[in-house]
Amino acid sequence: MLKELTRETKATMGIYEPRPDKVYGLLAEFSDPGALLHAAEGVREAGYKHFDTHSPFPVHGMDRAMGLGNSKVGYIALGGGLTGLALATWLQWWTGGIDYPLDISGKPFFAWESSIPIMFELTILFAALSAVAGMLALNGLPRPYNPLFYSENFSRVTDDAFFLHIAASDKRFDREKTEKLLRDLGALYVEVIEDLGTEGKEKVVGPAVEVHV
Amino acid sequence: MSTASTGKSLDFTAGDGYHDDPPLVAGNLSFHEVTDLVALHTEKKTPLAWFGAFSIANIGLMILLLSVAYLFWNGIGVWGLNNPVGWGYAIVNFVFWVGIGHAGTLISAILYLFRQKWRTAINRSAEAMTLFAVICALLFPTIHVGRVWAIYWTLPIPNQMEMWPQFKSPLLWDVFAVSVYFTVSLVFWYVGLVPDLATLRDRTPSTKKLRQKVLGFFALGWTGANRHWRNYEKAYLLLAALATPLVLSVHSVVSFDFAVSIIPGWHTTIFPPYFVAGAIFSGFGMVMTLMVIARKVYHMENIITVNHLEKMNIIILLTGTMVGFAYITEFFIAWYSGSQYEQYAFINRATGPYAWAYWTMMSCNLLFPQFFWFKKLRRNVAFMFVVSIFVNIGMWFERFVIVVTSLHRDYLPSSWDYYTPTAVDVLTFIGSFGLFFTLFLIFLRFLPMVAIAEVKMVMPQSDPHFYEGHGDGHSAAHDVKPGTDRA
Repeated sequence: MLKELTRETKATMGIYEPRPDKVYGLLAEFSDPGALLHAAEGVREAGYKHFDTHSPFPVHGMDRAMGLGNSKVGYIALGGGLTGLALATWLQWWTGGIDYPLDISGKPFFAWESSIPIMFELTILFAALSAVAGMLALNGLPRPYNPLFYSENFSRVTDDAFFLHIAASDKRFDREKTEKLLRDLGALYVEVIEDLGTEGKEKVVGPAVEVHV
Repeated sequence: MSTASTGKSLDFTAGDGYHDDPPLVAGNLSFHEVTDLVALHTEKKTPLAWFGAFSIANIGLMILLLSVAYLFWNGIGVWGLNNPVGWGYAIVNFVFWVGIGHAGTLISAILYLFRQKWRTAINRSAEAMTLFAVICALLFPTIHVGRVWAIYWTLPIPNQMEMWPQFKSPLLWDVFAVSVYFTVSLVFWYVGLVPDLATLRDRTPSTKKLRQKVLGFFALGWTGANRHWRNYEKAYLLLAALATPLVLSVHSVVSFDFAVSIIPGWHTTIFPPYFVAGAIFSGFGMVMTLMVIARKVYHMENIITVNHLEKMNIIILLTGTMVGFAYITEFFIAWYSGSQYEQYAFINRATGPYAWAYWTMMSCNLLFPQFFWFKKLRRNVAFMFVVSIFVNIGMWFERFVIVVTSLHRDYLPSSWDYYTPTAVDVLTFIGSFGLFFTLFLIFLRFLPMVAIAEVKMVMPQSDPHFYEGHGDGHSAAHDVKPGTDRA
């Protein structure tokens, strides 16, 4: 049960488990953002859950096409902001009012008016840092090793190529049937990705081959 | 392999859907060409001209280090400060650099929230400029405290003296405001860089092991996954929403350093908005100076087009006029207050011993930007470069006028004095430019100076509906109004 929960949580980050025969998934390339969007819709309608699209920039409407809800980063940032606000209030009240009260021109030791600037700054600081930390956590980043990096063509994903990846960990995954589905959706080509691990290979931090197509 | 972006005619326009604005990326570039155009500058052999510029910047940096070392050895007495003028060049330079540091976050945050897509051409380098300007700014109050080894007293760190910083002081608010601003700007900049670092990583040939490792480390394993873009875009939007009030607050807090005191000429409620407008004005001036040079040197005319520059000139015109309006309002309020000290402070500014500085400020900030009412001049690159230099000069003098003229004649005429900077003052200021340009040149050499992924996003080919209909790109132009939400 717990194992299943961990597996599903990792799947939302795009981290999938390989099959015992090391097959990680099928990677298909599409010609353009439009084709990728329609392919994602098709894969979702076929009932797949463990799949993701990869593109050089976010494609409009892809979240809906893939059936993904709203991102949770906002709640994490809200929590961080409230923490910062509470910390700033406590810091100024305790240091100025309790631990080290200093009479300056008869002003109160603690007043909310003069505390506003630092309350504001720490709220922003904590909210911003937790937004980024939350984004990285929900994305499972940093992730130095990714089996997709074994595909030489995949190095173009940050340039001008559009990919759809269906993970082998998906319940519906079947090498022949899934490949046929991808081809029917208009894939330019389909490639099997194997999870060979980080051992013994050079390409650990990223794809290594310059491809000009 | 044929990909999305090759060889189609792209004669339809970007913009708000009501006006026929020219496309944001000129020259009919494909996605790959955009990547190449930006990434090549980090990959090719370092050009000789870069070394030349870097050497000059390094001389400046050495001047800074030497003058700061001299200051630390001897103390603040080597500066031109005297008894009524306790704040001189250091504070002028601090406010000057913080002001410049406002444009980057304004462009990346506020223009992002307002969906100003033209920001993508300039946001990366403007953000870098912001960071380096804030580093220069933080330097000056740090060395101004005299006993610089005690600077950590400004932070709430438990210590053996059992003392805490005084949170009622605007100077302490400043410490928090500027350092939070630096941290958030740095994070914002880095988050924006991650997809582009992944682009550079994926272009690195396997022979360059070190480059691959370093880029692989900082790219965090980015694969452009949509599950990642989803959280990424949300985080970016939140950072923009958080940085927007932050950028407006930083210079407000800087202005509190002055406005909370009871010095005539400083004690005015107009200071926060007036400082913020001035900061945006000076920041855009500096961005313009740098961009005009960089787009020429790096052949970025297709990405940073004249249309982009024209939009920046409109902002310079707007904020310059706002600043000029604030100067006049200050005068009016001084007269209307009926306070003779307040009135004298302002009459002394315009006609006293520092009248030369006052009128330099007035002409550079209020007068010169008015030329941008003319479209011809607004689109003339040489002309806007000259004006941007005047804006930089004018905004430095604004801070000089505020700091020095308000202090040099206080309530008691027997203590009046004339402030003259010493050579150390001037060399430290010149040296801070050395620090700024050293950092900026390192940035231009090693990092993508334009946000590659974001520029691709504003190209018409990035729209999934671009490929419908006849597949010539025209269906999108006819069916959907450009610039509207097509999701």
